[in-house]
Order: sequence, then C-alpha cells, then structure tokens
Amino acid sequence: MHLIRPYYLVQPRSTMEVALFIPCYIDQFYPDVAKATLELLEKLGCKVSYPMDQTCCGQPMANSGFERDTDGTTRQFIETFKDFDYIVAPSGSCVLHIKEHQPSLSDMDETQKKVQSKVFELSEFLTDILKVGTIEGSFPHKIGFHSSCHGQRGLRLSSSSELNEAPFSKAKELFAGIKDLELVELTRKDECCGFGGTFAVSEEALSVQMGKDRLSDHLAHQVEIICGGDTSCLMHLQGIAERNNKPVKFMHLAEILNQAIS
Amino acid sequence: MSHPSQAANFLKDEKRAHWHDETLWFVREKRDIASKNIPEWEELRRLASGIKDHVLTKLDYYLEELEKKASENGIKVHWAKDAEEHNEIVLSILKEKKCKAIVKSKSILTEECHLNPFLEKHGVEVVDTDLGERIVQFLKQPPSHIVLPAIHLKKGDISEIFHEKLQTEKGNEDPVYLTHAARKHLRDKFMAAKVAITGVNFAIPETGEFVVCTNEGNADMGVHLADVHIACMGIEKIIPRRADLGIFLRLLARSATGQSITNYNSHFRSPAPGKEIHLILVDNGRTKQLKREKFRNSLKCIRCGACMNTCPIYRRSGGYSYGSTVPGPIGSILSPGIDVKKYSTLPFASTLCGSCSDVCPVKINIHEQLYEWRQEITKAQGWSAKGMSMKMANGIFTSPLAYKISGKLLRASLKNLPKSVIYNPLNAWGKNRDLPEVPKESFKEWYLKNRS
Repeated sequence: MHLIRPYYLVQPRSTMEVALFIPCYIDQFYPDVAKATLELLEKLGCKVSYPMDQTCCGQPMANSGFERDTDGTTRQFIETFKDFDYIVAPSGSCVLHIKEHQPSLSDMDETQKKVQSKVFELSEFLTDILKVGTIEGSFPHKIGFHSSCHGQRGLRLSSSSELNEAPFSKAKELFAGIKDLELVELTRKDECCGFGGTFAVSEEALSVQMGKDRLSDHLAHQVEIICGGDTSCLMHLQGIAERNNKPVKFMHLAEILNQAIS
Repeated sequence: MSHPSQAANFLKDEKRAHWHDETLWFVREKRDIASKNIPEWEELRRLASGIKDHVLTKLDYYLEELEKKASENGIKVHWAKDAEEHNEIVLSILKEKKCKAIVKSKSILTEECHLNPFLEKHGVEVVDTDLGERIVQFLKQPPSHIVLPAIHLKKGDISEIFHEKLQTEKGNEDPVYLTHAARKHLRDKFMAAKVAITGVNFAIPETGEFVVCTNEGNADMGVHLADVHIACMGIEKIIPRRADLGIFLRLLARSATGQSITNYNSHFRSPAPGKEIHLILVDNGRTKQLKREKFRNSLKCIRCGACMNTCPIYRRSGGYSYGSTVPGPIGSILSPGIDVKKYSTLPFASTLCGSCSDVCPVKINIHEQLYEWRQEITKAQGWSAKGMSMKMANGIFTSPLAYKISGKLLRASLKNLPKSVIYNPLNAWGKNRDLPEVPKESFKEWYLKNRS
C-alpha cells in the first residue's frame, strides 16, 4: 500500500533516497518494529531502502567504556550509509550515539560529518524533515508514552521537565490528529526507565527497580499500551511487566502510527 | 566497594528505598516549581556557567587577588596543597589558641579532608552544628547527601538517636520537640567554643570577602561567639565580583531545596576588633582536575545537590552506595579524579539519562563526563573480560556476515535453550525480567525474502 499525501509534501519525497537504519537488537528481536517503520515511511511517500550491509552503531561498546574499539563498526556504518539523502532509525538512542559518540575517523572526516548530519530518529524525521504535522487516522486506545532519555534529553525530541522551557513533544504532535487515541499524563513525566544498555545487567537491582517504578506510573493511569520511540526501553519494561503478569501491551511509535494512518 | 552491590543492598528494604526515592523526588519537585517561577531561569544558568568558566581560565589570577584583598582586610590567608596540609593548618591554629573544643558548620571540604577524625585524634572535640550533620555525627556516619546530610534517616530513627544521646522522651517523634532538644544541646557547645570553623560558598576577589549560606544560622552563631573563625574553601569557590552573587544566590537555594533564597547569606570581610579570621585555600586535587580538559568544568559545581535529588540512581541507592564524600552524579565525575581505581564503578552507576546536566544550575555536562570517565577507566584498568567480549563485538559488527551468523545463532539458542538455562541466577537480565519472544526471522531475513 502506497498512500501518497501530496499536501504533506515540502519537496517530492519520491526523489528522496531514504535509508532505513535498523538497530541490531530490533533487527534480531523486533522485526515488526522495523517493518512498521518501513511501511510508514512508504505510506508517507518516501522511497525507502534498507542497505543490507548494516550491522550495529557501536553504542553498547562505547557506553561500556570502549569507544576506542568501535572504529571498525563506525567505518562500516559510514560506508554503508554515506550515499543516501537521509538515514532514518526507529531509535533515539542509536541516533544520538551516531551523532555524538562514534569515534572520529581521521580519513573520513567530511563524510562522517555529513552522515552525522543526515541521520534522524523517526519522529524527528517526520516532524522536521517531512513536516507531516500530525498523522491522520484512528487508534482507539489509551496509551502512555515513554520518552527515552537519549531521545528526549539527547536529541531534544521533547521538552525536559528540568528546564524552564515551553513544553513540546514531537511524538505527541504526531499523535494529535489521531482519532480516539487517549494519551495519559504520567505523574513523573520523564523519569528514566532504568534500561541504560549494559547498566541493565551491571546494575541489575537498580535497573529492575527503576523499571518497576516506571511501570507503576503507567499502570496507575490505566494505560492499555505503553508506547515509546526506543525499543530498548520497551524491551526492559515489557520484560518486567511479563515477569510480574501485568496486563499491558507494548508498541513502538512506528507501529502505532503505521496502524493508525488512514 | 562496588556501587552495584551497595545499591542492591539498599534496595533490599524495598519500602524504605521507595520512601527515600519519594522524599528526594519531593525536593526535586519543589526545585522545579521554584525554578519555573523565574522566567529568566535559563538565562541565569547560562550566566552562572559563563562566569564559572571564566573563573576557571584565570583561577591563578583570581586566587592571588583574593589573597591580596583579603589580607588587606585583615584576614589571614593560608594555602594548602592537600588534605594533610589543610588539617595541619587547622590544628596549628587550634594549638596556638589552646583550643580543645570547636564548633563547625557544614563544610563538605572538611569532610573531604577528613578533618573530624584528624582533630579528634589530636584531642580536639569537634561538634557539627547543622542539625542534620549533628545527627549523622551522633551515629559516627558521614553525610549521605551534601545538602541534606541525614536525608536517609526517618523521624523515628532520629527520635531513637536523640533518646540515647540527648535523653529525649522515648518514642517522641515530634520534629519540633526534637529540634528544641538539639538546639538546647548545641547552645552549650556554641557558648564553650573559642574557635568556629565554616565552609565557604563564594569567595570574592574584588572585595576580599567570602560568603557563607546556611538555613539554620548556626554558622553565624558559631562565628560570632568564637574568637577565631577558620573558613575552609576549595580553590574553585571563586566568583569575580560581588555583583555576580545576585546570579548565584538566586540559583543556589532554588536548585538545592526549592527555597527562593537561603535564610542566612553572611558576608565575612574583616575580623571584629580583637578577633581573627583565617581563610584556608585548599587544592587537594583540584588543579589536577583543572588540567583534564574533558573534566575541567566539573569544578564549576556550587554544591547545591540538585543532581542528587534528580538522579534516579541516587534516589534508589542512597548516598552511601557511592562510598565517596560527594555522592551522586557530581560525585561520580569528581571522585575518579581523586582515585580512579577506588571509584571505578561510579561512572557506570548511571543510565546516562542526562537529567543531572539539565538540572545543574551551572550547566556542568555531568552525564557526558560520566561517559568520558568510562573511557578513561577501561583504559586505566587494561583489558578485562568485559573488554574482550566488547572487542569481539566490534569484530562481529564490522563484518556484515559475522553479524548475520552470530545473530542467527543467538536467536536459535534463545529459542531452543530451556528456560532454566536462560534464567539462571548468573544471567542478570533474566533474574527479574523476561526476554523478548524470539521471532522466527530477523528483519534482514524478512526483507531479503519480501523486498529485494
């Protein structure tokens, strides 16, 4: 299904070469999130391809203190994606890593900077590049939105409760036009879920407690679905919810938008 | 000492840990309200950050100016390169004054220098006069928070301590009653002390004065009753001009507790007739940190504690889990600079959520420095087992084919291994979390089949 909505267009999307960057754990464990991202972008008129040589951005290694050992991974990433107009990923965390923490490769300086400037998290690509405004459609469910910290405070996809700034959220902007979608206000609007990559195992007790607390906030507001822009946070929360038999579903932002879009 | 085991220990009492989290979150929320009542809040942060950045680029100049002006005002200025020198200077002043009992108002620096045990070893009685600090002193504990030293204790705990130490009624938990008991107890100590020690919040080279901010007025009472005032400051406490105080005082209390201003902001410029003021300028590793370009701006810290109150880790692991004088996010970037081995787990006690950086009134990029310390620590430690697996990971992710094969193997093994193997106690993920359901094919496999 290719639904082109001409009034959205700021430039002909069919001529934009959009590369899909699917983080390694989504590729391996959440292929449905990747399919939803692909379909959504296509419905919005983008010409999307998935470069087959992609692997991982290197974040798990770098955040563990081994950034210096990610030269090869970084080179692989740049080589794979350098020829596209845009690189879009359904993950704020991996995008932030590419922009800020991939080691600088001296022989690829210009190319690397270019790649870093054209990689986007899905919701920011939709709002800032495609300028879709809101997505029109229907999704009759009560959802809680989990802002991933790297998306929120790293990429500034939404305002941060610590700052004295006008509230905004790119995800909520996209949801605003979806009929019957009820978005709850959480008590702690943007507290971390406790995933944190290797933190989830190296600080297991803390990680789980943080996840439980985050989950309780959503459950206290009777949400049906916990939605987010980073599958890693959702995987962690879902793991805890399932272990404790909590009746709540988990969906990536891309899955909801892709289902809702009419 | 490792943070993960200390944190796990703290979390064993889930109810109490939850209470600790809620208590500090309450302070964070008060801070949010206070900071949002000022439209120019972000501008104040920007200015404060800029002023502190500037000071750090000319710290030598400002310190010498401070020494000059303060000396002209009659303050005796001392330089201490480390904790030992600092403690010896204090002791020598006390010996000269034949002083055997002193009162102290809260100073994180003297905690950092372990002044109390040093003086006690030399026969000097040290009484901390901040209520919270006195409480933890009764327990022979260090503060668990730099602004709220006894925040880990409940009313009931304090009632018990006071019953034992101050003979208050058993079981009386009324805060007013307990505070009155402490006040009475401290009054005698104030009256007897010939020397009073305070910290310093801000030192101003323009005028040669320094400013001490407290809520209880105990610093002032101690200093005004004593003949000698010893003020101890880290060399980073400088702000250039008195006018700059307007920015910092507005930020400090709002960030710390959500108050619009601390109750007492006392300026000390010259000793009263017949009295003495000593100002000790302490390095203790600060110039080393100044040399480290990536970590330099951690020295901008004004010790408000906001990063602790906001930190989801600190709130759920308590101040003692860090094992350092300054706990929490700021402590985790300052402490490895003092002893990289001892504090090697602290920069990993974070999800890099970034809340600390956004809450910081002087805009220290705390979470980015945590990330940078991780890089330094793995280098300092040499390769560990974790390092080897990470190096292997880089090999896998460098080659698309290796990635494909290992991913397939991983999924296959997760699918076929019995749950008891996946969720054994050694598997930290599976202890309290289910693993995601394993799909029959990866996205890459699906794409190959359906799209190319």
